[in-house]
Amino acid sequence: MIKVNAIGDTCPIPVVKTKKAIKELNGAGVVETSVDNEIAVQNLTKMANKSGYAVKSEKISNTEYKVTITIGEDQVETAQNETEEAECYVPSNGKKKVVVAIDKDYMGEGGEELGKNLLKAFIYAVGQQDELPSTILFYNGGVQVTTKESPMLDDLKSMEAQGVEILSCGTCLNFFGLTEELKVGAVTNMYDIVERMEGADVLVKP
Amino acid sequence: MAEEKLFCSTGGCTAKLGAGILSRVLERLPKGEKDPNLLIGFDSKDDAAVYQLSDDIAVVQTLDFFPPMVEDPYTFGKIAATNALSDIYAMGGEVKTALNIVCFPESMDLNILGEIMRGGSEKVIEAGGTLAGGHSIADAGVKYGLSVTGVVHPSKILANNAVQEGDVLILTKPLGVGIICCANRVGEASELAMSKAMESMTTLNKYAAECIRNYPVHGCTDVTGFGFLGHLHEMLDGNVSCNIYADQVPVFEEALGYADDFLLTAAGQRNRNFAEGRVKFENVEFAMEEVLFDPQTSGGLLFSVAKEEADALMEDLKKVVPAAAIVGEITKKTETEITIKAHK
Repeated sequence: MIKVNAIGDTCPIPVVKTKKAIKELNGAGVVETSVDNEIAVQNLTKMANKSGYAVKSEKISNTEYKVTITIGEDQVETAQNETEEAECYVPSNGKKKVVVAIDKDYMGEGGEELGKNLLKAFIYAVGQQDELPSTILFYNGGVQVTTKESPMLDDLKSMEAQGVEILSCGTCLNFFGLTEELKVGAVTNMYDIVERMEGADVLVKP
Repeated sequence: MAEEKLFCSTGGCTAKLGAGILSRVLERLPKGEKDPNLLIGFDSKDDAAVYQLSDDIAVVQTLDFFPPMVEDPYTFGKIAATNALSDIYAMGGEVKTALNIVCFPESMDLNILGEIMRGGSEKVIEAGGTLAGGHSIADAGVKYGLSVTGVVHPSKILANNAVQEGDVLILTKPLGVGIICCANRVGEASELAMSKAMESMTTLNKYAAECIRNYPVHGCTDVTGFGFLGHLHEMLDGNVSCNIYADQVPVFEEALGYADDFLLTAAGQRNRNFAEGRVKFENVEFAMEEVLFDPQTSGGLLFSVAKEEADALMEDLKKVVPAAAIVGEITKKTETEITIKAHK
């Protein structure tokens, strides 16, 4: 396998580097290209599809995506694997797009202490599902969950590593003075939050 | 100086923000009291703002600037100015005054800035306008453009969405300059392709505009960052549909070759993401699809005119703009907004 680092490269350079690596393979093999934006993923996917190579992509973080292109003999096998991979990022055909929205650091009303434990159990359970959500949004008191010494950081980091987008509302972080304390995922804004909610097939709110 | 490598990164209209992102922000801006004299403003997605001063004069205002897309500063200046001036022509106006907009690193050789502005100034003069001032900012990267003011008779304004069913669509410059510049950035473009692209990007839309002024043109825009299909979508404005014939659309052959080599811009893919849902390709080659989404720096005019007028207009237009071609026609609104057929 040849690994190509195209982080920080603007289009068409990721495609140019990847094509060069494919040529170096001189036959069957795998090229794995790292890029830092989704458009580059789409341009690489387009190139692979049009060239008849098997391709899959995975989101590592908001600034890192991995595109794996398989050429030659094992092309068929990879193509089959692709449909089973939960973390496959680009074509989410037929899969329901689940977005989870969390607006406080506890779950339900009645007992706040209990609610904190419930939310922790909820986040853990979300991470154990066969189908992970595409995005988890945190706003208002919800940003307590992604910051400082939140007990849920490990579960969230594990989901993020599997391609789940973890997004915290920037205004809210700012309001609580937590902007510097964000420990997992990225910062987002209200346009983005609205767009993701509207784009969801299922919106889950604990 | 022409070899300054830092100069050109990802320039021209490929540097434009995506149409999707932009409209979400614009839609939410606070709107003051409506001024009835503002004939064309934010509400429409037109090329320039038009403000009526009297019964027979309206001012046309536009502003355009971007980072370099070619290595030579003088050529970059000409392209940036040609592109900025174009919006006045796309509205049916005449250029009057222009102001320079400059971002330039303090550490860079000032002669480079001089060359950029020389190129820009020449184009303003060719347009029949006067350079009247400007504003400059010390910045990490080079950016240059113009704010241009023109005039138009209020009855002669060419809105981009005034297209009518039964019109034919005419494009005045070949497509593909975005892909050619993209290929050039990675050293894959031929010298000939680059020189054709630069020639096209530095050709004022003035000559086409002066010609079509004599005909009852309906809708008109210039093809820039959102690509042929993005701008076409804005023209249709949800009111009508259209058929485009891929074999009739003027393109730079080299761009098709580079597209087949996947030398594609991020902006082209953003344009595809934005407009793809409205477009149906019928047996159109992949490379041609890409060219139709390709962001054009200083592209041509795209306008519509009643079918009966088309022949006479084309005969006139071809004399000043040989590349101009009828590329399709406006139809009644159908489910598919834009249908691209391979052949006429």
